[in-house]
Amino acid sequence: MPSDTHTIKGLKLVSPPLLYAVLLLAGPLGMILLFSFLPQPDNPTEATFTLSNYAEAFNDPIYPELLRRSLLISGAVTVVTVLLAFPIAYFISFHVSPRHKSLWLFLITIPFWTSYLIRVFLWKVILGFNGVVNSSLMGLGLIETPLQFILYNPTAVVITLAHAFAPFAILPIFVALEKIDRSLLEASRDLGENRLTTFIRVTLPLAMPGVLASILIVFIPTVGDYVTPEQVGGPGGTMIANMIQLQFMRLDNQPMGATLSVLTMASVTVIALILLVLNRPFLRTQR
Amino acid sequence: MSGRSLRIYAFVYLVFLYAPIALLPIFAFNDGTIIAFPLQGGTTRWFTELFAARSTALHESVINSLIVASITAVFSTLLGICAARAATRYRFPAQRGIMGLIMLPLVLPEIIVAVSLLIVFMNVGLGISLWTVIMGHVLICTPFCIAILNSSFQNLDPAIEEAAHDLGETQWNTFRLITLPLVMPGIISSLLISFTISLDEFIIAFFLSGTDPTLPVYLWSQLRFPQRLPVVMALGTILVVLSILILILAETMRRYGLRRAGLKDKGGFL
Amino acid sequence: MTMITLQGVEKHYGDYHALRGINLDIQAGEFFSLLGPSGCGKTTLLRTIAGFEDVTDGTVTIDGQPMANVPANRRPTNMVFQSYAIFPHLNVAQNVAFGLRRRKDLNAAARNTLVEDALDMVGLDGYGKRAAHALSGGQRQRVALARALILKPKVLLLDEPLSALDKKLREQMQSELRRLQRQVGITFILVTHDQEEALIMSDRIAVMFEGQIAQLADPQTLYRRPISRQVGEFIGVMNILPAEVKIAVGARIAVDVAGLGPVMLTPDQCPAGAKTGQTHVGIRPETMAIAFENDTDTGNLIDGQVEEVAYYGDMTYYDVRLQNIERPVTISMKNLVGRHVLQRGEKTKVRWDERSLVLFKQ
Repeated sequence: MPSDTHTIKGLKLVSPPLLYAVLLLAGPLGMILLFSFLPQPDNPTEATFTLSNYAEAFNDPIYPELLRRSLLISGAVTVVTVLLAFPIAYFISFHVSPRHKSLWLFLITIPFWTSYLIRVFLWKVILGFNGVVNSSLMGLGLIETPLQFILYNPTAVVITLAHAFAPFAILPIFVALEKIDRSLLEASRDLGENRLTTFIRVTLPLAMPGVLASILIVFIPTVGDYVTPEQVGGPGGTMIANMIQLQFMRLDNQPMGATLSVLTMASVTVIALILLVLNRPFLRTQR
Repeated sequence: MSGRSLRIYAFVYLVFLYAPIALLPIFAFNDGTIIAFPLQGGTTRWFTELFAARSTALHESVINSLIVASITAVFSTLLGICAARAATRYRFPAQRGIMGLIMLPLVLPEIIVAVSLLIVFMNVGLGISLWTVIMGHVLICTPFCIAILNSSFQNLDPAIEEAAHDLGETQWNTFRLITLPLVMPGIISSLLISFTISLDEFIIAFFLSGTDPTLPVYLWSQLRFPQRLPVVMALGTILVVLSILILILAETMRRYGLRRAGLKDKGGFL
Repeated sequence: MTMITLQGVEKHYGDYHALRGINLDIQAGEFFSLLGPSGCGKTTLLRTIAGFEDVTDGTVTIDGQPMANVPANRRPTNMVFQSYAIFPHLNVAQNVAFGLRRRKDLNAAARNTLVEDALDMVGLDGYGKRAAHALSGGQRQRVALARALILKPKVLLLDEPLSALDKKLREQMQSELRRLQRQVGITFILVTHDQEEALIMSDRIAVMFEGQIAQLADPQTLYRRPISRQVGEFIGVMNILPAEVKIAVGARIAVDVAGLGPVMLTPDQCPAGAKTGQTHVGIRPETMAIAFENDTDTGNLIDGQVEEVAYYGDMTYYDVRLQNIERPVTISMKNLVGRHVLQRGEKTKVRWDERSLVLFKQ
């Protein structure tokens, strides 16, 4: 129960991390917003603030195309990752004995903690011209010449990212499934539902908050992924992050880079909010 | 789905998860400069190459990364302790908003964090260096530390601290004698996890490291040279083994902590 | 001698008024209970005595010393927590010795002797090396007791210490706590929501509702003469009957009770300054009786019909409908040899005694 000294102690304690987040997160994000309204270096105008960056971002076909592609690729990654992850989370929660649950979770998290760069590069090896997939298929006599459509395109990006974000998708669903009171499932069976209808009418709705968390936790970071499209995406798999990097590090065009960053964040936020609103009925059932 | 088909699916999924990592040692010991099949026979020369005197750039980047990761681990864990303790023990105004802001880097695309910090550092005249990398890494590691430490602090019955106070100890001694020993396993896994994240982090280091590359930034530069790739595979193998060892240590600490607190294990650390 | 004095104690949590003007004296060596439903403020009151909560207004005095600005660790009180709060990383002996750390006058041997004596006192001799989490609920409770008593506090505070135990163990610990209290002679303050537990163990009981003390009395007075309908219904079972106060005749008061008829009540059965008008009286189930044909007791008899029968083994509880009242009255009867149990619907006669009636304020 709160009292004044209690509140003050809490605020004192939280102030160092809060101050840090304000100085190095909120402040810089504000700076990005500010920079997106500054004139570009090669195009000096009289105005201190301008909307020309946004105008350019919408009129030059490359930027909307890149943003659209990033969102589509991320969407595909999210769908694939979450669909593949759900049965695993369900398996660990419902079919693994309690003693072995943390071992399974541990096995699933290990690949996530190994070097991201090297993992992405290894997908290049697996999917490449002389890669694992092609040499295996040729060794089995299934194909004559190596398949070339599996690397340097959006599909390769989707596969690689789905692999990288697997544990992120599994853990929130697992946590939601673990929270389900098992007697609810027995009650449903007792009231005449079979296993499938119990799953659809009880398990799935109760797991929705976890599924939603997985969707957001996979979708949001992948929209801004840089390494994977750069390594396995090829020209057709380039995403918005590669363009942001280009603007900042090669073209030295901070205002345009900032504008693209703002647009990326804005579209991600809008999509996340839409998802949250659509899932409100499921979220309300959980206190 | 029945239990058996789920189990088969789970094993196939594990193969998918581990496929890339399983390839690492294969190519690290493969006596061929091209990373592709068929294999050319075994060698350890890529590992000797790693430790050769001419790999100074590599060695420097390893040292840079170790420095960055150690300092990041300490600072993000300290910030994590403050936030987790505040969030689990106290109620204060705008609590959800404040914790939301601190946890935000968990869901923000890393490139956004990287470019926003870059803009600030370049325009306030701080420049970029290993210190700016550390600042960025502390920002993204703190939420992970909080997630780990939250469960440690939550498992702590507030009455236990009150009991120590009631039995005559001051606030500080209560923290030292009771709270700290009980959350220590959480603190150690927080240190290990943030160390691992920082060691592996690329984007922020790529934007903010300036003239001193960290290991991932150095690796990135090497990926463009095909003749360097076998060495990268050897290095990757060592990194994977090290990461797994650190993780096993972190997991052991976490379980030890639960056992000591007399609690049932409820899952992994995320 | 007074051990604890509370004067005008108020406690606010924001808008929530947890304690309202508590005035209380607790004697040295007394077994005192704070009884009430959850949320009545009893635990908050205990925690203000322990020093875990500051009072918003009023004073707490322990053994003559004002306690304002004295933190919990410097108060002569120790607490047994509801969760027992056994330090999970220490063994039993280390838990018990925890508070002795600052006693620099003790060498290791003296400390061990104290710990062994304390464990012996709570019946845990030989458990010193056990890990804390390997203990059962009852054993944890004993460790918590030994840990607090080893410091020889002036007051021992017990926050619902028995609520986590099963019935058998709870009854055993009740008598053991009582024995322990007599043995050490320390003031015990027990917080409980279990009225039976409070009656069994306490010298005096304060019944609390909504942050206020509703009644402060010894167990017998509290049970037989509850001050209000709320207290009467909280402690045990009480039949509430509508009544009308007619007139005071000398020291006695004439009351017309629905279903029972006119009675004369003595002042100790009535609240101070009872006025004429509509009110209620209370009567306990065991002070009424089913009049079997073969009993020869005299007293008031009225007709009734059995509506419900609850057979408890040693006792039978009847709900009996009387004329002129809305709700049936509950009557408890011992199942003595040769006494048969009535069936639902049977007609019967009910014996009652006006000395067992309590009149409540309007």
